[in-house]
This record gives sequence, C-alpha cells and structure tokens, in this order.
Amino acid sequence: MSNDRLVLPPVDAHKTNLTCHFCIVGCGYHVYKWPENKEGGKAPNQNSLKLDFRKQLPAFSVIATKAQQTVVADKDGSRHNVLVVPDKECVVNEGGGSWRGLHMASYMYNADNQPNARLAHPRMHTGDQWLETDWKQALALYAGVTKKILDTKGPREIAFDTFDHGGAGGGFENTWGTGKLMFTALQTPLVRIHNRPSYNSECHATRDMGIMELNNSYEDAEVADCIMSIGNNPYEAQTNYFLYHWLPNLNGGSMDKKKKWFGNESVSEGRIIYVDPRKTTSISISESAAADRVLHLDIQPGTDVALFNGLFTYVVAQGWIDRSFIAKRTKGFDEAVAANKISLEECSKITGVSVAKLKQAAEWAYKPKADGKMKRTMHAYEKGIIWGNDNYAIQSSLLDLVIATHNVGGRRGTGCVRMGGHQEGYARPPHPTGEKLYNDQEIIAGKGMVYTAWGANPFQSTCNAEQFREVVLRRSQIVKEAMQKSRGATTEQMVDVIYDAVANKGGLFVVAINLYPTMLEQAAHLLLPAAHPGEINLTSMNGERRLRLSQKFMDAPGSAKADSLIAADIANTLKAMYTAEGNAKMADRFKGFEWKTEEDAFNDGFRMQGAKDVGGVIHSQGGDTGNLATYALLVAAGNNGVQLPIKEVKNGKLIGTDMLYTDKFGTDDGLAHFQPSPWKGLLPAVQGQKDKYRFWINSGRVNEAWQTMYHEQAAGNGNAAETKERWPMAPLEISPQDAHELGIASGDIVEVFNDYGSTYSMAYIVPTMKRNQVFMQFGHFNGVMGDVTTEAVDRNVIPYYKGAWASLRKVSSGEYKTTVSFKSRLYTA
Amino acid sequence: MSETVSRRDFFKISGGAVAGVGLAVSGVASGAAEAAVNTSANLPYPHKAIALAKGMKVNDPLSFAYPDEASPCIAVRTGNPVAGGVGPNKDIIAYSVQCTHQGCPVSYDSAAKSFKCPCHFSMFDAEKQGQVICGQAPTKLPQIVLEYDAKTDSVSAVSVIGLIFGRQANIL
Repeated sequence: MSNDRLVLPPVDAHKTNLTCHFCIVGCGYHVYKWPENKEGGKAPNQNSLKLDFRKQLPAFSVIATKAQQTVVADKDGSRHNVLVVPDKECVVNEGGGSWRGLHMASYMYNADNQPNARLAHPRMHTGDQWLETDWKQALALYAGVTKKILDTKGPREIAFDTFDHGGAGGGFENTWGTGKLMFTALQTPLVRIHNRPSYNSECHATRDMGIMELNNSYEDAEVADCIMSIGNNPYEAQTNYFLYHWLPNLNGGSMDKKKKWFGNESVSEGRIIYVDPRKTTSISISESAAADRVLHLDIQPGTDVALFNGLFTYVVAQGWIDRSFIAKRTKGFDEAVAANKISLEECSKITGVSVAKLKQAAEWAYKPKADGKMKRTMHAYEKGIIWGNDNYAIQSSLLDLVIATHNVGGRRGTGCVRMGGHQEGYARPPHPTGEKLYNDQEIIAGKGMVYTAWGANPFQSTCNAEQFREVVLRRSQIVKEAMQKSRGATTEQMVDVIYDAVANKGGLFVVAINLYPTMLEQAAHLLLPAAHPGEINLTSMNGERRLRLSQKFMDAPGSAKADSLIAADIANTLKAMYTAEGNAKMADRFKGFEWKTEEDAFNDGFRMQGAKDVGGVIHSQGGDTGNLATYALLVAAGNNGVQLPIKEVKNGKLIGTDMLYTDKFGTDDGLAHFQPSPWKGLLPAVQGQKDKYRFWINSGRVNEAWQTMYHEQAAGNGNAAETKERWPMAPLEISPQDAHELGIASGDIVEVFNDYGSTYSMAYIVPTMKRNQVFMQFGHFNGVMGDVTTEAVDRNVIPYYKGAWASLRKVSSGEYKTTVSFKSRLYTA
Repeated sequence: MSETVSRRDFFKISGGAVAGVGLAVSGVASGAAEAAVNTSANLPYPHKAIALAKGMKVNDPLSFAYPDEASPCIAVRTGNPVAGGVGPNKDIIAYSVQCTHQGCPVSYDSAAKSFKCPCHFSMFDAEKQGQVICGQAPTKLPQIVLEYDAKTDSVSAVSVIGLIFGRQANIL
C-alpha cells in the first residue's frame, strides 16, 4: 500500500466494535473489514464513513491515517482490508484517538509483512534448536511434566507468572480460564502477577479501608473543584481520559455541567495539583491551559507518606474536614490523627516542598468553598504510589486524608482512584492458600520445577531482574542439556527426562504462552501461541468500570488461540490422563473446562455458571450481577458498554453504576476504616543504594510507546516502525548540568549501574530535570530498567520499582542523534 | 543543474541510519527497524514553484499551498543541513500544516524549530522529517518533497511523503 492514500471501506464493509486494548482508558473504535479487491468511493454515499472525500475534510471530521489500515488474511486464505477508526459516539474518547490506539491496525497480524514474528504454532525446544509442533504433542509434554510433578512433589512446585488484568493479554475470559486452571484444578500457590513478584493487590491498603480503587466515573473528573494527581502522568499514560475529561474542567469547558449537577453550590473552573518529583508533559500542558490553576508539588522521591500526613494534620487542625461524615460513616479517625501527626514544617523538610506551597495545596483541595460547602476533590494516583516507597503505607496515608475530607463516599466530583495501566478484567477462584509468596525469590532459591510465563515477561520487567534472569537461564539450561542427551526419546520418555532434570538436578522447565517468543525464548523449552483482541472475543472494563466486548474480526495466525481455550486444553489433557489411569478423584479436579469458545469461558466465570465447579466462590469484578451481562447484550451496548456493577436489564439494555459507596463502604461494618500510617523513611534496601550512589533513577512511561512495546520488539515493521524509530531505546532524561559533568550529549548511550545490575539507555537532555535525578523509560526491550531495581517490597510484596539509585557512565556517542528527535517534549503555549 | 531528492532517497537515508544504529548499539534489541512503508506513489503531483532560496530567511516560515489550494503548507530554512533539505545549504524543508491527528493547524515554533498543535499538543520536529516529538498524532507531519534548481535559485514542491489529514489521497 502506498503511503499517500487510503483504501476506503465500501458501504457494505463489515463493522464491529473494538475497545483499544493498550491502556486502561479503553477508547472505543470501530473496525471496518472488507475484501482486499474492493474499495469504497469518495462520495459520502459510496463509503461507510459517510464522508465526502472529494474535497478536503475539515478538522475533527475523522481520524483516518495510514497507521489505522492494514491487510489481513483469514484462515480460508481470503484477504481483507481493515480500517480502525475512533468511535465518535463513545463517551470515553468522543472520537479521539491516541498514538497507541491509532496504531492497533498496524499491530495486527499482517497478511504480508510479518509471517515470522508471531508465534503461529507451538514450538518445542529439542535441547539445541526450536521445532514447530502441533498442540497435541505440546500439550502431551506440558501436561505430562506437570502431572508428574503434581503427583510426586505436589502443587507448590508448579510456578506461574501471569496476567490478572484486562485488555490485550487478559480479559475476563482469560483471567477466568487461567485462574480456574491454576487455583482450582492444579491448586498451586506459587503464582505471581505479570508486573510484580507475588500474588497480591496493588491497592491492598485502600481495599482494607473499604474502598475499591476504581470508585467513580470519568465524568467526576469533569466536575471536581480540584484534582489531586499523584505520581501520575495522565497525558502520557491515560491520554484521552486527560484530554476529554480533565482538561475541559481545567479550562472551564465543563462549567455548564457543574451548574446543572450542583445547582446553587458555588462552582468555578477546576484546578489540578500534581504531586510528582519530575515536571511531566501533563504539568506543562496544564500550565499552558491555565497556569494559575495548576500547582506542582515536586516532592523528594519516596516522601509521599510525609506529604499526606502533613496535609492531613494541617486540614484537621484547620477544621477543613467533614465531622458529620466521619462520625456516621467511618471509624478509627482519632487513632489515625495521632499516629500520622506531623507539622507542616517537618513535612516541608522531608518532602522538599515549601510550607507556602503545602498551604496553597491544602486550600485548593480542602478549604471549604465560599458558600461553606466542602470542596469536591478527586484524588487520582498511579505508579508513583503503586511502585512507591511502601505502597501500603502511602495508600493508607492518602486515604486517611481523603476520607476525613469526605472526598470518597458518593459525592459526585470526588473519588480516590487508581488511574491504572491495563484495563481490568478479573474473575478467578480464590488463591488456594492466600499466601503472599515472593515468587522470584523462591525461584532464585531453587524452588519450583515448572515455570509458566503466561502473557508475562519477567526477564524484562521484574525487579532485581538481572539476578532473576541469571538463575532462570542457569536452571533451564540443566533441562536443555538433559533433553539434548535423550536421543530418540518419545514424548513419554521426554517427560521422564525433564522430570529427572527438575526433580533431581535443580533444573527448571520453562514454558512461555504469548503472542511472541519474547526474551523468555532464551530460557524456554516450550512456546505456546496465544491470540489478542480482534482475533478473539474479549471483555474487559476500563478505569470507570465500563465493561465492553471487543469483537473478533479476523483469524489468529496459524493455530494460535485464546488463553482461556489454552487453559481448557491443558485442563482437559490432564483430566484425560487421570481418567485413563482410573484416578477419578484427580480427574474431577480438572472438570468444567468443556469450552468451545471464549463466550463459554465468559459464561462460566463472569456469569458465574461455573461456580459449582470451584467451591461456589468466584472473585469477579462483575460481582453477583455479572450473570446479567451476555455477549448479545454487550454487542448491542457497543463501545459505551455498561459500568459495573450491573443493576438491571431494562428493555434489552444493561443499566450500570456510575459511583460506588453512596451508602456503605466495602467493609464488614460498611464503614470506611482509617489506618494509622506514620512516616518511616525509605525502605532499607533502597536507602542502602541511595547512600552509595549519586543518581535517583526515576522510571515511567512514554506516550508513544506505552503498553505497546511487546509488539515493536518483535514486529515493528510497516506503520508500526514509526514507534521504534522514535524510541529505539529507553530514553534517559538528564539535566544539562549533570550531562555536561559526565560528558554526555543527547543520543549518547549511557550505562546505568549499581549493586543489583547494569543496563543501558539513550541520553535525552531535559532542561527541567533536577540535578542528580534522571528518568528512564520503564518496560522498554532495549534498556531494562528493572536490572537496577532492588528486591525491596512492602508488607504485601509490592516492589519499590521507583526506588533505584545508581551511577551513570557514558558508553559511546550514539548514532541515534541522526534519527531521533531530542527536542523538549514539554508543550508550551 | 537541478537537484532532486526523491522519496526513495529520503527513506534510504533514514532507514539506513536506523539500521546502522540498531546493529551498532542495541545489544538487547532483536533487530533494527525495517525500511519504512512502501513509497511507490504514482499520484499525479503538480510541480509548483514556491520561492527563490535567496528570498528565504533562516527560521522565517513561508506559507504556501500544495498540492492544491485546500492544503496549507509551510516551508522553512532551518539554517542547518537537514535530511531531505534542499537549496544551497540543504536546509530548506516543507510540511503540510494540518496535524495528522485531527487536522488542527500546527504552528511553527522558531525557537525549537518544531511544529506544534494547540488541540491535543502534538509536536513535530522540523529537522527530523516531521518526526513526532510527543503527542497524539499517529504519524509524522507529511513532508512536502522539494526540488531546487540552482540555475534559477527556484524551490519547487514536487510531491508529498505521507497522507495529508482529511483526505483519501493527497490528490483529491
């Protein structure tokens, strides 16, 4: 296809719904698909966009770029054009698209360009090479090894690293399928989640306090008096939520809605307070829109607890709290006030933020309005807290402040929410033991015999990644050598060989289930091909609990299939093995996987039909009204879907919930629970590195390459190449002064190293960066930031990924200078 | 003597450089970016003279329309030789100024030598063939391919790399 023209969808093009599967916001798109040899005309009655392409279209008419178009081939050999266009009727994105969402077509399996990048069929390692094989053979090997370990050593030796979210590599169908296999059938506790080394919540404290972390609607950001944005860069990481729901508040565009919703209550243009050590693109854009309504609290890294305790102590002293609400709907207030007490002066000393700024923040967010009404302040947080210095403590301190000021609990324009990374889509049986095992450390200590990385890539994303990789590679090599020496072995004999290597020689049998081989290929013995949205039907919910069905519109490559159906294949293979040897009791554990489609898995988990198979308990974000949602109703609900929990079905329409906790909180007594959370300094392992190394290695995301790098790493051709051209390596933002001292220029390759490891990055000089602080892109395949993070975790094994201190060394003058722009990414008006 | 920089040359320059970098330094990467999209466009682009090089001051943007009156563009002399640049100093370059995201008019920032969009804050590097610096725009700013005729000092627009916003094809 040439790059200066599109192929338009004809009026009879097949049209389906697709929720962008990259970030949590979940923008709505339509997919048009039609035979490759057909083309719609330019007249509005000749194309399905109903636009007049005979003349220049005005701004905002449609987003239709080359990045949104591709050609796909279905299994029957038929070839089709595809165009993916933002849905103007979707209340989430209102026709807007992000770099990532607008590249969805570019990332689909293309009929011509990327025959080898995706896993199309299972691959088996023979000890010295990869062989493509079929599912029957692959399942016999996988289930055979697993069964032998289960029967002989028990479930604790069967390790998994898997997704627990929605969107690509997740979704209600797939979390259910994998969860039922791991927790009910295999009953292993040795499971970690794709982005952290244990099986735990990233929002444990807020849930303990009675508040699930996605508790309001995107509309609440439009009508808040103030938004407190903490460790969170929404322009880059939740782009269209920021553009379509935050900015209209800041620039006064939502004033009519505020007046309509709140009647006589005094309202004005919104304000935003950013808590972030770094000046982000979100801050610069907000300042360009309304500088006098934006405040930046640039705290010292890891001092969030001190900040919120200082503000809490101050607002309590000022009386800017809701005593009636505290009395009626909370408990533990006095204990929290006593434990968290810290003066503004002390708070300023620890956080590095002036007392004047702290007071201004408190006034903006909590001082009652002119008419005496409490401010409506929404608190939004993300990885600055999630991957911060003691996640549990920070959330406790933040929620203490939020609850005291009645900024959660049903008032519109409030809420204390996680901004999120992926979409959500959790439906699983309970973890079999409830233990919070530190899985990486278990594997490093030689435990676990089979390790399945399922839609996960710990080699490139876990903390303390270098040591983890070293151990897994060493242990997997033991298995590879044993396999190589077993000349002429049948599958059954190979099972015995592998078992001997893992049970008696310290080996680890490594399996990766994914779209691409990934870096796990270096260690794996078996690769199983999965599918992603567009190739399968998949439901997920976004950051306001909006459930949508992304419809299948094309075939997955080869024999790749949905994770839910892979889980079913594994369970059914094991069931058949136990049945064959007459072990009815064990065969019974693997029942209830008779699924032919993703919808069967959805009905079994989200719709609770399989509850009887799993002891009656399903932990599902759909709750006990999930059964009301059917695929048919969700297709009809389109890209607006329904906000969970579902209340009812009325005239064929799903009716949902826009605000949680209007009556009671999620505790046994229905009250919000304050939690004492005093400031205790940095976690010890991190403090050790800080004492030793000069630079704080902040980390985070980059708009254009956020949640999509697994595609670029493996494929990245055609229109997707622009992302890799822009970000060929993880950038390292550094101040001009520090760069000068170290002889570093933009585009140079810089080594980042400390006691834990070493990694490489591409220098990007940024005048607003502070001295001795740098910012490195997280999750890039070329430059693994996790190599220099410590093993430090909070009480629930949530890592302090942001707590890395290290040294820098210029390695070489990069040629990136000629191809990559190093201009300021901070927008100014 | 006329100097023509074809679309193929542009991509040879950028694609080759990317590949070289990938081999040289990206030990972790699994290969370099492949050459960019097929550029074998055969649309009947007009040849349109837009300025004399000597009349173009450094960093003083020149507005023109190309390939037709409904497509606003800006040519600029950046002052330093740039990939795709033409003229005596190879520093004259031109772009469509409709943002590739939603079609808002981008403005030239002479300090940064970049284009920026006020609607959703996309920014494009004028010295890197319209590469997105940051933002929503999913593709580079379409680059107007220029030709320079040293005899007459004339700078002409001859074709376009990339799809102009709001069109099925660059030629209506």
